[in-house]
Amino acid sequence: MSADIQVKASEVAVASPPREAASAGHGGGTLNAAAVIAQRELCSLFYLPIAYVVGFIFLLLTGYYFVSETLVPGNEASMRVLFERMAGVLVFALPLLTMRSIADEFSSGAIETLMTAPVSDVSVVVGKFFGALLFYGCLLVATLPHLFLLGRYAPTMVGSTVFTGYVGMILLGGLFLSIGIFASSCTRHQLLAAVIAMAILAVFTFVVDYGAEYGRQMWQREVCAYLNVFGHFADFSKGILDSKSIIFFVSGSVFFLFLATKVMESRRWR
Amino acid sequence: MIEVKNLTKSYGPVLAVDNISFKVEAGEIVGFLGPNGAGKSTTLRILTCYQPATRGTARVAGFDVFTQSMEVRRRIGYLPEGNPLYPEMRVREYLNFRGKLRGMDRSEREAGIKRVSDRCWLGDFIDRPIGQLSKGMRQRVGLADALLHDPDVVVLDEPTVGLDPNQIRETRRLITDLAKRHTIILSSHILPEVEAVCERMIIIAGGRIRASGSISQIRDRIKGASRLIAEIRGPKQEIESAISSLNGVRRVEGRAVDGWNRLHIDGVEGQDVREEISSLCARKNWGLRELRLEVGSLEEFFTQITAEAATATA
Repeated sequence: MSADIQVKASEVAVASPPREAASAGHGGGTLNAAAVIAQRELCSLFYLPIAYVVGFIFLLLTGYYFVSETLVPGNEASMRVLFERMAGVLVFALPLLTMRSIADEFSSGAIETLMTAPVSDVSVVVGKFFGALLFYGCLLVATLPHLFLLGRYAPTMVGSTVFTGYVGMILLGGLFLSIGIFASSCTRHQLLAAVIAMAILAVFTFVVDYGAEYGRQMWQREVCAYLNVFGHFADFSKGILDSKSIIFFVSGSVFFLFLATKVMESRRWR
Repeated sequence: MIEVKNLTKSYGPVLAVDNISFKVEAGEIVGFLGPNGAGKSTTLRILTCYQPATRGTARVAGFDVFTQSMEVRRRIGYLPEGNPLYPEMRVREYLNFRGKLRGMDRSEREAGIKRVSDRCWLGDFIDRPIGQLSKGMRQRVGLADALLHDPDVVVLDEPTVGLDPNQIRETRRLITDLAKRHTIILSSHILPEVEAVCERMIIIAGGRIRASGSISQIRDRIKGASRLIAEIRGPKQEIESAISSLNGVRRVEGRAVDGWNRLHIDGVEGQDVREEISSLCARKNWGLRELRLEVGSLEEFFTQITAEAATATA
């Protein structure tokens, strides 16, 4: 091997290729870089065992709830219950999908090669987010067979509730993933990132749910009710497209992605 | 090509880089030499826009690393310490990804990958996953990435760390080859490496520049400390007094070694008394079996200044 290489080395030394137009790379815009990173993120998720574990568990539980709660004679013939169960599973599943996204860049040191290319912090975070969102989209596509199965037995099922339900699933997933990416930007340890993300998600789901019911003062209950992710999600699964809820999810996602950008910047600069 | 002025970087209370200034001209190949933790990596990270400096400025190709960061990043190829790569990607895939990140279009990427795979000898494993490669191969992939966009400046942080001697030789040859087309800064804590590859070195310790100049300039600086070693057979007292009376000898120190007198002779700077000593021995009929000039090695010099730095900061 080594001898072989040395022969080649001497060839190279003789036939040094002519220098091309000075400095080829022009550096793409933020969007271009984000798209490139999203693409890589998606590909690497398909390589990683953890993504398959998450997919397996998510689909297994979805299937289980579908069979045990929806596909039961006499039960409501809609996807509503299933969507709400899926949302519950996502609290634990999605942090596992995003835990390595930025944490791993820091622990492997690859953040250094990444951030010394002409790429902004925003495009890294946005790219990571959309990569994960696309993978999550694939998981959602894999739940479509339930829908067709249900359609066979419940021809009266309303199509629009299914549509809004999936829109809600995407928005909810987006918020969860952005929280996961924010958590992943805070630490170099993947597991810690997952735990942080789950903790934040638990606050916005289970804790505020409790607070909305048992809060001492009216305003406490109101704030908790507003922050309840599942409360906003319930609209979608019932077939309502409420702009308030859409704004809640989108602004929440943007907020956490913004935080992730700032955290990443400050960690690099310390 | 690179201009660093009064650069300071502190991590909280710890001063990693302390007010350093230097210049690198286009086409130069400069070695950053210093013990671990001297501030080499920090300086390189500032130059490559990974971290901002606490104080001071640095310009690469005329662009400020802080205010014109994107311009600088477009012109720099960087191989960080430890050479992090994505193990799940194939080499070609990785280089393609890096090219896209740099906004190179398809034909630029193809030409670039072809060029660097020839230069860095990636041909045999360009379609293998990076996770399966040996450390030497990965190092070549890292170098290839740094060269992909044909940057003006190449920054290599500890490029040969962890390689076996053959790979070290290959990598050094590759770097000297690159010098024809790029300005290169490389860091190392191994002196012979810098000596072998670089035209100029900057010795840094404790966050400060301790010495800088061409290899021969630095050699000149340590010549003053030269001394002679001689082994002469004969009456000890007489030999010592005869030699110390020679013009150009400052001090003689001797001890007996199996019937011979082993002498350490400190000379005056710029004077070589070896000829006088040999003719003196011939005249007096003393046996002479060794006579050599001991030039302080760069290694010693390096140890000495880094030790000074350590005591200064302690």
